[in-house]
Amino acid sequence: MRRLTIAEALREGISEEMRRDETVFCLGEDIGVPGGWGGAFTVTLGLEEEFPERTLNTPIAELGFFGAAVGAAIMGMRPIADVQYGDFLFCAMDQIHSNASMLRYMSGGTVKVPMVMRAPVGATGRGAQHARNMERFFVGVPGIKVVAVSNAYDAKGMLKAAVRDDNPVMIFEHKLLYGSKGARTESGAVDGSCEVPDEDFTVPLDRAAVARDGEQVTVLGWLLMHHFALAAAETLATEGIDAEVIDVRCLSPFDYDTIGRSVRKTGYVVIVEEGPVTGGVGAELAAGITERFGEYLMEPVRRVASPDVPVPFAPVLENAYRPDAERIAEGVRLLLQSH
Amino acid sequence: MKETEYDREFLVDLYERMLLIREFEEEVKFLFLEGTMPGTIHQCQGQEAAAVGVCSALEEDDVITSTHRPHGHALAKGLTPEEILIELFGGGTGCCRGKGGSMHVGNIDKGMPPAIAIVGGGIPLATGMALALKMQKRPQVAVCFFGDGATSEGAFHEGITLGAIWDLPVIYVCENNLYGASTRVDEITRMPHIAERAAAYGIRGETVEGNDVLAVHEATRIAARQCRDGEGPVLLELETYRLTGHSRRDACHYQPEEEREAWARRDPILVFGRALCQRDDVEQADLDRIRCDVEARVAGAIETARGEPAPTLADLTTDVYA
Repeated sequence: MRRLTIAEALREGISEEMRRDETVFCLGEDIGVPGGWGGAFTVTLGLEEEFPERTLNTPIAELGFFGAAVGAAIMGMRPIADVQYGDFLFCAMDQIHSNASMLRYMSGGTVKVPMVMRAPVGATGRGAQHARNMERFFVGVPGIKVVAVSNAYDAKGMLKAAVRDDNPVMIFEHKLLYGSKGARTESGAVDGSCEVPDEDFTVPLDRAAVARDGEQVTVLGWLLMHHFALAAAETLATEGIDAEVIDVRCLSPFDYDTIGRSVRKTGYVVIVEEGPVTGGVGAELAAGITERFGEYLMEPVRRVASPDVPVPFAPVLENAYRPDAERIAEGVRLLLQSH
Repeated sequence: MKETEYDREFLVDLYERMLLIREFEEEVKFLFLEGTMPGTIHQCQGQEAAAVGVCSALEEDDVITSTHRPHGHALAKGLTPEEILIELFGGGTGCCRGKGGSMHVGNIDKGMPPAIAIVGGGIPLATGMALALKMQKRPQVAVCFFGDGATSEGAFHEGITLGAIWDLPVIYVCENNLYGASTRVDEITRMPHIAERAAAYGIRGETVEGNDVLAVHEATRIAARQCRDGEGPVLLELETYRLTGHSRRDACHYQPEEEREAWARRDPILVFGRALCQRDDVEQADLDRIRCDVEARVAGAIETARGEPAPTLADLTTDVYA
């Protein structure tokens, strides 16, 4: 089997879906430009060669082209709209929130909005406004499905599942995991590549993945934090702590079956999140776990997240902002010690 | 007079459609004020020529988007008074199954998605609908209704920019009724005509006497043909006036008395009825008969709508996802 980066896997998934279904098309900024970048992180690189009429480069008008994607979707197309940086989703928010997420309900179930939205997130040396983890703003929006991909297999499989889904699906991708090459290489990148089969496959949009079996504590994360959680688990193993690491990956809806099985087994939960601790996805997850599996918890759920500040620039500050393997390991130790 | 250039049947139909909207809106206003209809309303008395003039120039399978003031557009596009009234009463069999309400009436099977009640929000949406039509190589056009107030929204700029660069078959129809809620249009722009903004996007713009249903019909017919020929989009500005409040119980104290009276004399139904009677083959008695028919139709629709069941509580959590 071949090894692909996340950027390559997404590109392959998009191409295959466009080949399979002529209603699928891409629109976004700096895509489909010969000699251009293929979007901010090379995902759509070269797409215009095979699909010149379905690779639509847009002006810098997120509200406009996300709205256009919604309008095309309700007319039978399957658009894939992307932003260069997740932060720009705020510019498109009215069309996503008021139209994409609500039209089906407001129409009494007669309108369908089959569209995919892709957004790169994460703190990556660009200061505050190209750095936010946007997940928290879309979890808890009824009508939208939200996923976050941490490896190439999931990226391709979930992209394909999202294209085939009849609802708006938001896919969050992490800038440090893409494996983008050339001029778009990210410093501090973490390897998100993996083996990806040649044949067609999809990954369900509502299942978490147990990435490492363990007995003593459940560590929940997604995107970059999932990779750091795995690294923390290795450290903890050397100390005799056996952690189960779950890639939550489906943020709306959460897969409480998989999460619950783990919580019932271990009785301890640490949620890791890149982004301010207050009002984050981890808060919802903690509440949901407590409501469903509270009787199995030996200690209250513990969060390891960023402080309540905008994302700073200076590398020393940014590294302190973003949870790392050591902070995650320490969070686990503190939780287990408190017992 | 130009009314002589058309078939009697066509003209009488335009009159009847406008009257249906007027009668519908007046009855709905009464139902709200008497307290039997829930929610809030934004009505279009005085603007009937815009809805009817535009929609009468469209094919049945053309599509429209509407606004928080959608009743006239919906009726003109072919939704029945019954399906709209049931929705307004909160009935489970309304055009949106009771989940939309007054500001979101629509019926996608009749070419009208739920009305978009965020000001300007329909402009990018209609642009995308037109994009789909073009990509699917279909002959239809999309029509986007919005008000003068929407022209200050970023959605106006971004939506029309996209429609223009992609040569989309979309008619942007601005019903300039002089007020965005209570704020006069000359307080929000230095441009005397909204249609002039078309030049900024490299598209054709035209200001039309919006209370003249035939003028609106003709302008739309030409714009639609232009769009179908691949030469869209077009921006039409229909100059009109709201003869009722922005929303319920708005007494319109911000509209000068003399202005209201002047526009009342330009009531599109009054003016068109008078013109019709200039024809040899139309008598006032014909118009009176139409009025009686329309009143009976709306009264019947209200009775039907009142009898429809409310949604069940189980409906609360359905239709969120497909």
